[in-house]
Amino acid sequence: MSEHGHDHPHEPITGGDESGAAARVRSLEELLVEKGLIDREDVRRRIDSLVSRTPADGARLVARAWADLEFKERLLADARAAALELGLDPGPSPVVVAVENTEAVHHMVVCTLCSCYPRALLGLPPDWYKSLTYRSRAVSDPRGVLSEFGVELEDEVELRVLDSTADIRYLVIPRRPAGSETMSEEELAALVTRDSMIGVTQPAAPASVA
Amino acid sequence: MKFRPGQRVRVAARPHEGHHRTPGYVKGKTGNVERTHTSFKNPETRAYGTDGLPEQQLYLVGFAQRDVWPEYRGDDDDRIYVDVFEHWLEEAE
Repeated sequence: MSEHGHDHPHEPITGGDESGAAARVRSLEELLVEKGLIDREDVRRRIDSLVSRTPADGARLVARAWADLEFKERLLADARAAALELGLDPGPSPVVVAVENTEAVHHMVVCTLCSCYPRALLGLPPDWYKSLTYRSRAVSDPRGVLSEFGVELEDEVELRVLDSTADIRYLVIPRRPAGSETMSEEELAALVTRDSMIGVTQPAAPASVA
Repeated sequence: MKFRPGQRVRVAARPHEGHHRTPGYVKGKTGNVERTHTSFKNPETRAYGTDGLPEQQLYLVGFAQRDVWPEYRGDDDDRIYVDVFEHWLEEAE
């Protein structure tokens, strides 16, 4: 990094193995702290909160929707309110939309512009979700991408790709697997994988988690 | 709100310098309003330190994949949905 022209002493703010982006973020953080706009404890708390989220919350929503059709209707009508109903934090976006995969329709989610993702409900996005390859191919060749994830859609299934370009966060309700009819809500939640809520895979089969 | 669900809309084909949330691959393409979300501060001005007001209505617009990608390899019914702000949309026949 170049000299940054202030006169108080401190340790170098970049480590040798930092990427350019990480170094820029650290410089920005230094400046914001110095100007009193944020403090380090806020930053630490935010990071803690981001990395503590996991797909388990999203899985709880899906499992409840599978087990309770009235809840599923509420989830489809307003996913933010449905998450709050279960005591879950839907995150800062004022609108969270859940879409349902059925025999006839399959949804998958991408953010072509960056990495928009329902982090509060699914945790941090996987690296492939942020990759240029996924972001470009998910919109132009989604059936090819699904095939690489092991999902071969029948021709008659309508494939809908959602590009979350703005403030809305999308969550896929995958199809409830055959053979899960007698399972409890907790057992159902164990079938709901992160990738199935992005819409790039089907949920786990009951036998695989039994 | 200028558009209603089901209405045909075209995404403006105009170029735009700087931050904006309208992906290039739908510029100039015609689709249907699928949902009317709500209004949000305008990211194009907010990105440069302003308050982002007035807020802009956001729509989910659905396009036939075949209309977006002439070489599209999937099914004719496949669709791509994109969130587009109102000032990027024009009425289409």
